[in-house]
Amino acid sequence: MNDDIQTYIRSAVDIVTARQLGRSLSLELGFNGADVTLVAAAISEVARNIVDHAKHGVIVMTLLNDGTRKGIQIIARDEGPGIPDVAQAMQYGYSTRKGLGVGLPGAKWLMDEFEIDSAVGKGTTITMRKWLI
Amino acid sequence: MQVPILKQGDYLIASIQSVLSDADLLQLRDSLGDRVGKFRSRGVIIDVTVLDVIDSFATRMLRAIAHMLKLRGAETVIVGIQPDVAFAMVQLGLTLEGVGTALDLEEGLAYLDSVTKRTSLHER
Repeated sequence: MNDDIQTYIRSAVDIVTARQLGRSLSLELGFNGADVTLVAAAISEVARNIVDHAKHGVIVMTLLNDGTRKGIQIIARDEGPGIPDVAQAMQYGYSTRKGLGVGLPGAKWLMDEFEIDSAVGKGTTITMRKWLI
Repeated sequence: MQVPILKQGDYLIASIQSVLSDADLLQLRDSLGDRVGKFRSRGVIIDVTVLDVIDSFATRMLRAIAHMLKLRGAETVIVGIQPDVAFAMVQLGLTLEGVGTALDLEEGLAYLDSVTKRTSLHER
């Protein structure tokens, strides 16, 4: 259950590919329809964040099993400009560019766990998990 | 994949057939803008039944299309948002404020009939 599935994000078309992959993995894991859609929507938002700010990056999906529960982990990594103020970026309605400013805070609401690690000039890594209850 | 747009009397029906990329949504916006003028349409139905996710970009684009067409004199109604998709939109805090929505194509047609009739009554 430790196989990582990687998908590269280079353009807006890859956003669709990434979320479909996430959808089929979540279904395989046993998530119900509503949760599968939530995972796919969260992937869509973090993938879009890569396209909008870093141009390209990678999304790694891993099926988790800690013995008592199963889940899916999604890591979105880029080597873009980084986020100077993560707290501000996570404010609902805050957008630096063309978005609605709901992408990252929205993705956080959709998932059970959500962390951002970002360094200016180095890039951003978003890790999020959803557990099957 | 391009979205087919059918003309039905005073209305246009854009029936999304598969998952849409950002570019497809932009193209849909442009072709609806053109055709509302070409066919002098009073109403537009966008059927999103097959969409598995409506994310922030898609929401923004649907809202933009509806508001743009309104400026061109046509009412827009979005039909067929699936329950799971609607739930995810609510969780994301996405709304389609100021945009008509209806359950399915039939309800969408009824919605357009009611709003376009009301508009013309007001104009008299």
